Amino acid sequence: MNILLTLAIRDLRQSWQSAGLWLPVAFLLLVASLYPFAVGPNAALLRRTGGGMLWIAALLASLLPVDRLVAPDRDAGMLDQIALRGIGEEMVVLARLIAHWLGFGPALMIATLPAAALLKLDGTTIGLLEAGLLIGTPALAALGLLVATLTAGLRSSGALAGLLALPLAVPLLIFGAGTLGDGSGAALKFLGAASLLLVAITPFAGGAAIRAGRE
Amino acid sequence: MSRVGLHLSGVACARGGRLLFRGVDLAMEPGGSALLKGPNGIGKSSLIRICAGLLRASTGTVERHGRVALTDERLALDMEQPLAAALGFWARLDAAPPGALDAAMAAMALEPLRQVPVRMLSTGQRKRAALARVIAGGAPIWLLDEPGNGLDDAALELLGASVAAHLAGGGIVVAASHQPLPLPTPVVLTMQDYIAAEEEEA
Repeated sequence: MNILLTLAIRDLRQSWQSAGLWLPVAFLLLVASLYPFAVGPNAALLRRTGGGMLWIAALLASLLPVDRLVAPDRDAGMLDQIALRGIGEEMVVLARLIAHWLGFGPALMIATLPAAALLKLDGTTIGLLEAGLLIGTPALAALGLLVATLTAGLRSSGALAGLLALPLAVPLLIFGAGTLGDGSGAALKFLGAASLLLVAITPFAGGAAIRAGRE
Repeated sequence: MSRVGLHLSGVACARGGRLLFRGVDLAMEPGGSALLKGPNGIGKSSLIRICAGLLRASTGTVERHGRVALTDERLALDMEQPLAAALGFWARLDAAPPGALDAAMAAMALEPLRQVPVRMLSTGQRKRAALARVIAGGAPIWLLDEPGNGLDDAALELLGASVAAHLAGGGIVVAASHQPLPLPTPVVLTMQDYIAAEEEEA
Protein backbone atom coordinates (compact mmCIF):
# COMPACT_ATOMS: atom_id res chain seq x y z
CA MET A 1 0.00 0.00 0.00
CA ASN A 2 2.84 2.30 0.95
CA ILE A 3 4.61 1.48 -2.30
CA LEU A 4 1.44 2.10 -4.29
CA LEU A 5 1.06 5.50 -2.65
CA THR A 6 4.72 6.43 -3.25
CA LEU A 7 4.45 5.49 -6.93
CA ALA A 8 1.10 7.24 -7.43
CA ILE A 9 2.24 10.48 -5.80
CA ARG A 10 5.34 10.55 -7.95
CA ASP A 11 3.29 9.87 -11.11
CA LEU A 12 0.86 12.63 -10.26
CA ARG A 13 3.70 15.09 -9.67
CA GLN A 14 5.31 14.10 -12.96
CA SER A 15 2.12 14.62 -14.95
CA TRP A 16 1.62 17.98 -13.23
CA GLN A 17 5.13 19.07 -14.18
CA SER A 18 4.86 17.92 -17.77
CA ALA A 19 1.71 20.03 -18.25
CA GLY A 20 -0.29 16.85 -18.74
CA LEU A 21 -3.12 18.13 -16.57
CA TRP A 22 -4.34 21.20 -18.39
CA LEU A 23 -3.85 19.90 -21.94
CA PRO A 24 -7.07 17.76 -22.05
CA VAL A 25 -8.97 20.60 -20.38
CA ALA A 26 -7.79 23.15 -22.92
CA PHE A 27 -8.61 20.72 -25.72
CA LEU A 28 -12.16 20.15 -24.49
CA LEU A 29 -12.85 23.87 -24.11
CA LEU A 30 -11.36 24.60 -27.51
CA VAL A 31 -13.52 22.00 -29.25
CA ALA A 32 -16.63 23.23 -27.43
CA SER A 33 -15.97 26.81 -28.50
CA LEU A 34 -15.22 25.85 -32.11
CA TYR A 35 -18.28 23.61 -32.53
CA PRO A 36 -20.86 26.44 -32.71
CA PHE A 37 -18.77 28.08 -35.44
CA ALA A 38 -18.97 24.89 -37.48
CA VAL A 39 -22.68 24.05 -37.15
CA GLY A 40 -24.04 27.56 -36.63
CA PRO A 41 -25.48 29.29 -33.57
CA ASN A 42 -28.86 27.50 -33.68
CA ALA A 43 -29.52 26.86 -29.96
CA ALA A 44 -31.88 23.92 -30.51
CA LEU A 45 -29.37 22.13 -32.75
CA LEU A 46 -26.50 22.77 -30.32
CA ARG A 47 -28.59 21.51 -27.40
CA ARG A 48 -29.51 18.31 -29.27
CA THR A 49 -26.03 17.43 -30.51
CA GLY A 50 -23.75 19.13 -27.98
CA GLY A 51 -23.76 16.34 -25.38
CA GLY A 52 -22.62 13.66 -27.80
CA MET A 53 -20.03 16.03 -29.22
CA LEU A 54 -18.61 16.58 -25.73
CA TRP A 55 -18.28 12.82 -25.30
CA ILE A 56 -16.22 12.62 -28.49
CA ALA A 57 -14.11 15.55 -27.28
CA ALA A 58 -13.55 13.85 -23.90
CA LEU A 59 -12.52 10.65 -25.65
CA LEU A 60 -10.03 12.42 -27.90
CA ALA A 61 -8.76 14.53 -24.99
CA SER A 62 -7.94 11.35 -23.11
CA LEU A 63 -5.59 10.32 -25.93
CA LEU A 64 -3.51 13.51 -25.77
CA PRO A 65 -1.20 12.51 -22.90
CA VAL A 66 -0.75 8.89 -24.08
CA ASP A 67 2.79 9.29 -25.41
CA ARG A 68 3.98 10.69 -22.07
CA LEU A 69 2.37 8.07 -19.82
CA VAL A 70 4.83 5.20 -20.08
CA ALA A 71 7.48 5.71 -22.76
CA PRO A 72 9.62 8.36 -20.97
CA ASP A 73 9.88 6.25 -17.81
CA ARG A 74 10.71 3.18 -19.86
CA ASP A 75 13.47 5.02 -21.74
CA ALA A 76 14.87 6.55 -18.55
CA GLY A 77 15.24 3.12 -16.95
CA MET A 78 12.65 3.94 -14.28
CA LEU A 79 10.57 0.84 -14.97
CA ASP A 80 13.62 -1.43 -14.79
CA GLN A 81 14.74 0.11 -11.51
CA ILE A 82 11.27 -0.40 -10.05
CA ALA A 83 11.22 -4.02 -11.25
CA LEU A 84 14.59 -4.63 -9.56
CA ARG A 85 12.98 -3.77 -6.26
CA GLY A 86 10.60 -6.68 -6.63
CA ILE A 87 7.61 -4.45 -7.35
CA GLY A 88 5.28 -6.04 -9.89
CA GLU A 89 4.49 -4.28 -13.14
CA GLU A 90 0.81 -4.62 -12.26
CA MET A 91 1.43 -2.41 -9.23
CA VAL A 92 3.23 0.14 -11.41
CA VAL A 93 0.35 0.29 -13.86
CA LEU A 94 -2.26 0.44 -11.08
CA ALA A 95 -0.46 3.37 -9.42
CA ARG A 96 -0.20 5.13 -12.73
CA LEU A 97 -3.88 4.51 -13.46
CA ILE A 98 -4.86 6.12 -10.17
CA ALA A 99 -2.55 9.08 -10.77
CA HIS A 100 -3.64 9.46 -14.39
CA TRP A 101 -7.32 9.48 -13.49
CA LEU A 102 -6.80 11.93 -10.63
CA GLY A 103 -4.95 14.24 -12.97
CA PHE A 104 -7.42 14.03 -15.80
CA GLY A 105 -10.89 12.86 -14.73
CA PRO A 106 -11.93 15.61 -12.29
CA ALA A 107 -10.32 18.31 -14.45
CA LEU A 108 -12.28 17.10 -17.47
CA MET A 109 -15.52 17.06 -15.47
CA ILE A 110 -14.99 20.64 -14.32
CA ALA A 111 -14.10 21.77 -17.84
CA THR A 112 -17.35 20.20 -19.04
CA LEU A 113 -19.37 22.84 -17.16
CA PRO A 114 -18.22 25.90 -19.16
CA ALA A 115 -18.17 23.74 -22.30
CA ALA A 116 -21.82 22.78 -21.70
CA ALA A 117 -22.70 26.44 -21.25
CA LEU A 118 -21.09 27.26 -24.59
CA LEU A 119 -23.30 24.59 -26.20
CA LYS A 120 -26.43 25.79 -24.38
CA LEU A 121 -27.09 22.38 -22.78
CA ASP A 122 -29.92 22.23 -20.23
CA GLY A 123 -29.56 21.21 -16.58
CA THR A 124 -30.75 17.62 -17.00
CA THR A 125 -28.31 16.97 -19.83
CA ILE A 126 -25.43 18.49 -17.85
CA GLY A 127 -26.32 16.25 -14.90
CA LEU A 128 -26.36 13.14 -17.09
CA LEU A 129 -23.16 14.21 -18.80
CA GLU A 130 -21.32 14.67 -15.50
CA ALA A 131 -22.64 11.36 -14.13
CA GLY A 132 -21.56 9.62 -17.33
CA LEU A 133 -18.11 11.23 -17.17
CA LEU A 134 -17.70 10.27 -13.53
CA ILE A 135 -18.27 6.65 -14.50
CA GLY A 136 -16.59 6.85 -17.90
CA THR A 137 -13.38 8.81 -17.24
CA PRO A 138 -11.74 5.96 -15.26
CA ALA A 139 -12.30 3.80 -18.33
CA LEU A 140 -10.88 6.49 -20.62
CA ALA A 141 -7.84 6.79 -18.34
CA ALA A 142 -7.43 3.00 -18.29
CA LEU A 143 -7.72 2.75 -22.06
CA GLY A 144 -5.15 5.50 -22.61
CA LEU A 145 -2.76 3.86 -20.19
CA LEU A 146 -3.27 0.43 -21.74
CA VAL A 147 -2.38 1.57 -25.25
CA ALA A 148 0.50 3.59 -23.79
CA THR A 149 2.01 0.42 -22.31
CA LEU A 150 1.45 -1.43 -25.59
CA THR A 151 3.07 1.22 -27.77
CA ALA A 152 5.92 2.30 -25.46
CA GLY A 153 9.20 1.88 -27.28
CA LEU A 154 7.68 2.01 -30.75
CA ARG A 155 8.27 4.88 -33.12
CA SER A 156 5.37 7.27 -33.78
CA SER A 157 3.64 5.63 -30.86
CA GLY A 158 1.20 8.53 -30.49
CA ALA A 159 -0.51 7.94 -33.81
CA LEU A 160 -0.52 4.17 -33.30
CA ALA A 161 -2.00 4.61 -29.84
CA GLY A 162 -4.91 6.53 -31.32
CA LEU A 163 -5.58 3.81 -33.88
CA LEU A 164 -5.47 1.13 -31.16
CA ALA A 165 -7.58 2.97 -28.61
CA LEU A 166 -10.43 4.33 -30.71
CA PRO A 167 -12.03 0.99 -31.68
CA LEU A 168 -11.84 -0.14 -28.06
CA ALA A 169 -13.48 3.11 -26.98
CA VAL A 170 -16.59 2.55 -29.11
CA PRO A 171 -18.61 0.88 -26.30
CA LEU A 172 -17.78 3.76 -23.98
CA LEU A 173 -18.93 6.25 -26.57
CA ILE A 174 -22.15 4.38 -27.35
CA PHE A 175 -23.16 3.95 -23.72
CA GLY A 176 -21.78 7.31 -22.61
CA ALA A 177 -23.58 9.32 -25.26
CA GLY A 178 -26.52 6.93 -24.87
CA THR A 179 -27.07 8.07 -21.29
CA LEU A 180 -28.05 11.51 -22.57
CA GLY A 181 -31.19 10.37 -24.38
CA ASP A 182 -32.05 7.46 -22.14
CA GLY A 183 -34.53 7.89 -19.31
CA SER A 184 -34.25 4.36 -17.91
CA GLY A 185 -30.66 4.54 -16.69
CA ALA A 186 -29.76 1.33 -18.53
CA ALA A 187 -27.07 3.05 -20.59
CA LEU A 188 -25.46 4.33 -17.39
CA LYS A 189 -25.32 0.76 -16.07
CA PHE A 190 -23.77 -0.54 -19.29
CA LEU A 191 -21.27 2.31 -19.16
CA GLY A 192 -20.43 1.28 -15.60
CA ALA A 193 -19.93 -2.32 -16.72
CA ALA A 194 -17.65 -1.33 -19.59
CA SER A 195 -15.74 0.98 -17.27
CA LEU A 196 -15.27 -1.68 -14.58
CA LEU A 197 -14.03 -4.15 -17.16
CA LEU A 198 -11.42 -1.76 -18.60
CA VAL A 199 -10.22 -0.64 -15.17
CA ALA A 200 -9.95 -4.25 -14.00
CA ILE A 201 -7.97 -5.60 -16.95
CA THR A 202 -5.63 -2.63 -17.45
CA PRO A 203 -3.17 -3.38 -14.58
CA PHE A 204 -2.77 -6.98 -15.75
CA ALA A 205 -2.68 -6.34 -19.50
CA GLY A 206 -0.49 -3.27 -19.07
CA GLY A 207 1.86 -5.07 -16.70
CA ALA A 208 2.24 -7.92 -19.18
CA ALA A 209 2.89 -5.43 -21.98
CA ILE A 210 5.68 -3.73 -19.99
CA ARG A 211 7.29 -7.09 -19.24
CA ALA A 212 7.05 -8.21 -22.84
CA GLY A 213 8.56 -4.94 -24.05
CA ARG A 214 11.64 -5.30 -21.88
CA GLU A 215 14.81 -6.10 -23.76
CA MET B 1 18.30 -11.78 4.79
CA SER B 2 19.84 -15.08 5.65
CA ARG B 3 21.94 -15.96 2.70
CA VAL B 4 23.55 -13.92 -0.03
CA GLY B 5 24.84 -15.28 -3.29
CA LEU B 6 24.79 -15.04 -7.06
CA HIS B 7 25.31 -18.19 -9.10
CA LEU B 8 25.36 -18.45 -12.88
CA SER B 9 25.90 -21.74 -14.62
CA GLY B 10 26.16 -22.31 -18.35
CA VAL B 11 24.49 -19.00 -19.16
CA ALA B 12 24.10 -18.09 -22.81
CA CYS B 13 22.52 -15.00 -24.31
CA ALA B 14 21.03 -14.48 -27.75
CA ARG B 15 20.00 -11.01 -28.86
CA GLY B 16 18.24 -10.37 -32.15
CA GLY B 17 18.87 -13.93 -33.36
CA ARG B 18 22.63 -13.65 -32.70
CA LEU B 19 24.33 -15.67 -29.98
CA LEU B 20 26.37 -13.16 -27.95
CA PHE B 21 28.05 -15.49 -25.49
CA ARG B 22 27.60 -18.93 -23.98
CA GLY B 23 28.88 -21.10 -21.16
CA VAL B 24 29.33 -18.33 -18.58
CA ASP B 25 29.77 -19.73 -15.06
CA LEU B 26 30.07 -17.47 -12.08
CA ALA B 27 29.78 -18.27 -8.38
CA MET B 28 29.72 -15.24 -6.10
CA GLU B 29 29.76 -15.57 -2.34
CA PRO B 30 29.57 -12.77 0.27
CA GLY B 31 32.57 -10.44 -0.02
CA GLY B 32 33.26 -11.51 -3.61
CA SER B 33 33.65 -9.24 -6.60
CA ALA B 34 33.75 -9.90 -10.31
CA LEU B 35 34.90 -7.75 -13.20
CA LEU B 36 33.52 -8.31 -16.70
CA LYS B 37 35.97 -7.17 -19.35
CA GLY B 38 35.81 -6.92 -23.08
CA PRO B 39 35.28 -4.53 -25.97
CA ASN B 40 32.01 -2.72 -26.74
CA GLY B 41 29.11 -4.83 -27.91
CA ILE B 42 30.45 -8.12 -26.61
CA GLY B 43 27.57 -8.57 -24.19
CA LYS B 44 28.79 -7.15 -20.87
CA SER B 45 25.63 -5.15 -20.31
CA SER B 46 23.45 -8.09 -21.36
CA LEU B 47 25.20 -10.31 -18.82
CA ILE B 48 24.66 -7.66 -16.13
CA ARG B 49 20.97 -7.50 -17.05
CA ILE B 50 20.77 -11.30 -16.91
CA CYS B 51 22.31 -11.18 -13.42
CA ALA B 52 19.70 -8.59 -12.46
CA GLY B 53 16.87 -10.75 -13.78
CA LEU B 54 15.77 -8.11 -16.29
CA LEU B 55 16.78 -10.26 -19.24
CA ARG B 56 16.23 -13.97 -19.53
CA ALA B 57 19.19 -16.20 -20.32
CA SER B 58 18.58 -18.27 -23.48
CA THR B 59 20.06 -21.28 -21.70
CA GLY B 60 21.60 -21.90 -18.30
CA THR B 61 20.45 -20.98 -14.83
CA VAL B 62 20.76 -17.88 -12.68
CA GLU B 63 20.26 -18.11 -8.93
CA ARG B 64 20.04 -14.97 -6.84
CA HIS B 65 19.84 -14.80 -3.07
CA GLY B 66 19.39 -11.28 -1.81
CA ARG B 67 18.21 -8.00 -3.29
CA VAL B 68 19.93 -6.48 -6.30
CA ALA B 69 20.91 -2.91 -7.06
CA LEU B 70 21.87 -1.85 -10.58
CA THR B 71 23.40 1.15 -12.27
CA ASP B 72 23.53 1.33 -16.02
CA GLU B 73 23.73 4.06 -18.61
CA ARG B 74 20.18 5.18 -17.85
CA LEU B 75 19.86 7.53 -14.92
CA ALA B 76 16.23 6.82 -13.85
CA LEU B 77 15.97 10.05 -11.86
CA ASP B 78 13.28 12.69 -12.36
CA MET B 79 14.98 15.50 -14.25
CA GLU B 80 13.00 18.41 -12.81
CA GLN B 81 13.37 17.32 -9.19
CA PRO B 82 16.16 18.50 -6.89
CA LEU B 83 18.75 15.75 -6.50
CA ALA B 84 17.90 14.97 -2.87
CA ALA B 85 14.18 14.61 -3.67
CA ALA B 86 14.82 12.48 -6.77
CA LEU B 87 17.03 10.11 -4.77
CA GLY B 88 14.56 10.27 -1.88
CA PHE B 89 11.89 8.66 -4.08
CA TRP B 90 14.08 5.58 -4.51
CA ALA B 91 15.09 5.58 -0.84
CA ARG B 92 11.37 5.39 0.05
CA LEU B 93 10.83 2.48 -2.36
CA ASP B 94 13.92 0.76 -0.92
CA ALA B 95 12.60 1.39 2.61
CA ALA B 96 16.08 2.69 3.38
CA PRO B 97 16.65 3.54 7.06
CA PRO B 98 16.68 7.27 7.87
CA GLY B 99 20.11 8.73 7.29
CA ALA B 100 21.13 6.08 4.76
CA LEU B 101 20.55 8.45 1.84
CA ASP B 102 22.48 11.29 3.50
CA ALA B 103 25.36 8.93 4.20
CA ALA B 104 25.30 7.68 0.60
CA MET B 105 25.26 11.23 -0.81
CA ALA B 106 28.17 12.11 1.47
CA ALA B 107 30.03 8.99 0.30
CA MET B 108 29.72 10.21 -3.29
CA ALA B 109 30.47 13.87 -2.37
CA LEU B 110 27.02 15.00 -3.50
CA GLU B 111 26.17 17.06 -0.41
CA PRO B 112 26.63 20.48 -2.09
CA LEU B 113 24.28 19.42 -4.93
CA ARG B 114 21.25 18.48 -2.80
CA GLN B 115 19.00 21.25 -4.09
CA VAL B 116 20.26 21.28 -7.69
CA PRO B 117 17.74 19.93 -10.24
CA VAL B 118 18.91 16.67 -11.78
CA ARG B 119 18.84 18.08 -15.32
CA MET B 120 21.53 20.64 -14.34
CA LEU B 121 24.02 17.97 -13.24
CA SER B 122 27.06 17.04 -15.32
CA THR B 123 27.75 13.53 -16.64
CA GLY B 124 30.02 12.61 -13.76
CA GLN B 125 27.68 14.09 -11.17
CA ARG B 126 24.79 12.06 -12.61
CA LYS B 127 26.87 8.89 -12.46
CA ARG B 128 27.70 9.65 -8.83
CA ALA B 129 24.00 10.18 -8.11
CA ALA B 130 23.18 6.76 -9.60
CA LEU B 131 25.91 5.20 -7.44
CA ALA B 132 24.55 6.97 -4.36
CA ARG B 133 21.18 5.31 -5.06
CA VAL B 134 22.90 1.91 -5.08
CA ILE B 135 24.70 2.67 -1.80
CA ALA B 136 21.57 4.04 -0.08
CA GLY B 137 19.39 1.11 -1.17
CA GLY B 138 21.26 -1.32 1.05
CA ALA B 139 20.97 -4.23 -1.40
CA PRO B 140 23.62 -6.91 -0.86
CA ILE B 141 24.28 -7.50 -4.57
CA TRP B 142 25.59 -4.56 -6.58
CA LEU B 143 25.56 -4.77 -10.38
CA LEU B 144 27.54 -1.88 -11.82
CA ASP B 145 27.53 -1.39 -15.59
CA GLU B 146 30.44 0.87 -16.53
CA PRO B 147 30.49 2.58 -13.12
CA GLY B 148 33.67 4.48 -13.94
CA ASN B 149 32.29 6.27 -17.03
CA GLY B 150 32.55 10.01 -16.68
CA LEU B 151 34.05 9.88 -13.19
CA ASP B 152 37.15 11.92 -12.42
CA ASP B 153 40.04 10.56 -10.33
CA ALA B 154 38.62 11.82 -7.04
CA ALA B 155 35.22 10.25 -7.77
CA LEU B 156 36.86 6.96 -8.80
CA GLU B 157 38.55 6.90 -5.41
CA LEU B 158 35.20 7.48 -3.70
CA LEU B 159 33.73 4.62 -5.75
CA GLY B 160 36.62 2.36 -4.75
CA ALA B 161 36.14 3.20 -1.08
CA SER B 162 32.40 2.51 -1.23
CA VAL B 163 32.92 -0.78 -3.05
CA ALA B 164 35.56 -1.84 -0.52
CA ALA B 165 33.22 -0.99 2.37
CA HIS B 166 30.39 -2.92 0.73
CA LEU B 167 32.56 -6.00 0.19
CA ALA B 168 33.91 -5.81 3.74
CA GLY B 169 30.29 -5.85 4.91
CA GLY B 170 29.63 -9.15 3.12
CA GLY B 171 28.21 -7.70 -0.10
CA ILE B 172 28.74 -8.82 -3.68
CA VAL B 173 29.85 -6.60 -6.55
CA VAL B 174 29.69 -7.48 -10.23
CA ALA B 175 31.03 -4.69 -12.43
CA ALA B 176 31.33 -4.44 -16.20
CA SER B 177 33.97 -2.08 -17.46
CA HIS B 178 36.34 -1.53 -20.34
CA GLN B 179 38.59 0.60 -18.12
CA PRO B 180 40.48 -0.36 -14.95
CA LEU B 181 38.36 -0.16 -11.83
CA PRO B 182 39.46 0.07 -8.21
CA LEU B 183 38.11 -3.40 -7.31
CA PRO B 184 40.10 -5.46 -4.79
CA THR B 185 41.07 -8.91 -6.16
CA PRO B 186 38.12 -9.49 -8.45
CA VAL B 187 37.25 -12.62 -10.40
CA VAL B 188 37.94 -11.45 -13.94
CA LEU B 189 35.68 -12.67 -16.73
CA THR B 190 37.12 -11.85 -20.12
CA MET B 191 34.05 -11.93 -22.31
CA GLN B 192 36.00 -12.91 -25.45
CA ASP B 193 36.43 -16.36 -23.91
CA TYR B 194 32.71 -17.01 -24.11
CA ILE B 195 32.01 -16.03 -27.70
CA ALA B 196 30.08 -18.78 -29.43
CA ALA B 197 32.09 -20.97 -31.80
CA GLU B 198 29.84 -20.16 -34.77
CA GLU B 199 30.63 -16.49 -34.32
CA GLU B 200 34.36 -17.08 -34.42
CA GLU B 201 34.07 -19.02 -37.65
CA ALA B 202 31.83 -16.42 -39.25
